[in-house]
Amino acid sequence: MSEVLLRGHELTRRWGGLVAVDRVSLELERGQVHAVIGTNGAGKSTLINLLSGELPPSSGTVELLGRDVSAWPQPRRARAGLGRSYQRNTVYPSFTVQENCRLAAQARHQRPWAWWRDATACEDTRAAAHDAAARAGLTDWLQVQAGLLSHGQKRQLEIAMCLATGPQVLLLDEPLAGMGAEETERMLGLLAAVKAEHAILLVEHDMDAVFRIADRITVMVNGAVIASGSPTEVRENADVQVAYLGEHG
Amino acid sequence: MSMKTIFVFTCFAALVLWPLSAGSYGIDLVTKIMIYAILALSLELAVGTTGLVCFGQAGFFGIGAYAAVLLSPQGEAAALWWLLPACVVAAGLYAMVVGALSLRTKGVYFIMVTLAFAQMAYYVVHDTSLGGGTDGIYLTMKPVLGDWLDLDKPLVMYAFTLLGLMLAFAFLSLLLRSPFGRALAGIRVNEQRMRATGFSTYPYKLAAFTLSGAMAGFAGFLFAVKDGFVNPELMSWHQSGAVLVMIILGGLGHLRGALIGAFAFALLQELFQNEAVFGAFAKHWHLGLGLTIIASVALLPRGLVGVLGQLRERLVGRPMRRGAAPIAEVRP
Repeated sequence: MSEVLLRGHELTRRWGGLVAVDRVSLELERGQVHAVIGTNGAGKSTLINLLSGELPPSSGTVELLGRDVSAWPQPRRARAGLGRSYQRNTVYPSFTVQENCRLAAQARHQRPWAWWRDATACEDTRAAAHDAAARAGLTDWLQVQAGLLSHGQKRQLEIAMCLATGPQVLLLDEPLAGMGAEETERMLGLLAAVKAEHAILLVEHDMDAVFRIADRITVMVNGAVIASGSPTEVRENADVQVAYLGEHG
Repeated sequence: MSMKTIFVFTCFAALVLWPLSAGSYGIDLVTKIMIYAILALSLELAVGTTGLVCFGQAGFFGIGAYAAVLLSPQGEAAALWWLLPACVVAAGLYAMVVGALSLRTKGVYFIMVTLAFAQMAYYVVHDTSLGGGTDGIYLTMKPVLGDWLDLDKPLVMYAFTLLGLMLAFAFLSLLLRSPFGRALAGIRVNEQRMRATGFSTYPYKLAAFTLSGAMAGFAGFLFAVKDGFVNPELMSWHQSGAVLVMIILGGLGHLRGALIGAFAFALLQELFQNEAVFGAFAKHWHLGLGLTIIASVALLPRGLVGVLGQLRERLVGRPMRRGAAPIAEVRP
């Protein structure tokens, strides 16, 4: 039986007369990759921002693990199990890979009052950091400064940092952006490996990758959903073919 | 033991030994510089560690100093055990109020708001009888701790200030490697990422700002006790600017940079004010000091703490960058 971990209901975001996201509803289930595709400016990243709490919606609600989290600020949602990555690299370049992951893991065990304790000596966070790095395939790079990693490795590190926070839901904003063919394969392997335990929302422009990995696809145009369903259903949808996929249809 | 640790120990050892070779002027000068070093360390916590460019640190410094004078009873010496914490708490409380409001802004607005709050404190003591107006007020009886700590004696004041500096440095060193300190480092680099990871950054920043203000208040207390006199200039924006220059000169992001910066700034000031060296030009010491600081910042972008690294790079080239490695294997 499917387990819905995140539910967005009638989410709308307006800036004056511009409707960036228009009554979008979607559900993310454990073990599924739900891709959101659309042209630039379709509202995909804004949708992620609404779900993660980075932006408040003009209307609509967000439910995480059965609880209405619409009024929760972003950090609280993150601690409740909502991890997200960004379109651009947001790793801490001067920190090592281990420290990037450890700092992310620290969000679950913050202990800010323990000013005399060495943060790196905390077993809980260190173990979580190592585990996340291993799952993202970065064990051999733990002591390397993140700024010195290749682009693909930085994207892997982004995912590792998300995993280190112990999330239930992953909102990934263009994790394949700027990657070569080999790096894309590695990243798809990583996503396939972690999806069993998580619900994943994937915003991506690489259509080949999306149709290979997604269990469900939602297509947005001008902030609104024009189609949603399995990859086959979306591929065969006439509106999608006209509005977005072009030759892919 | 790392080179950094050896350097810090050497500096403190030199400060311990300094009174053996220095006269009263030298002891007084280094006491003053150590007080500025504590003030610079406090600002380093806000600016270098957390990324909060505060342009009102002198406000907290002045509040600590004024509190030392105003809270001391007339005609008798206050007990150090309560006066010192009271001054630190007074400055910390003001910092908490300033931080609670100013941390809702960012960038240049934050700089301006912190400056405005410091100027408010400045004009309160400048324009009212509370702080004695432009003339300032005297601390007639210096605080004591029983019979064995007499801060009126320059050597005792020197030792007390050195101990305060060491404790402030040790405290910040521990703090920066603690979970709290690591979170502050993350906030400085990318606050949005920290929020997305699950850190409510506002309380962290407020706590850092409050601690920074409290530490500046401690420096202010020492200043008032050392000189036995306070005036509004302690809170002026020149003072805030000078401390900011100290930590930039020393090297932002390094505690030892704050130490080096405070000493370098104060000693440069002494040098350019020295009539024996510069003759009549010593009257225009601001010009010499300013030009030297501009040259230092232009030539030493990493500050004085980065001098050795820069020299090494000049002589043997940049160290090999590890990177551009093939993407790692993904293991489920």
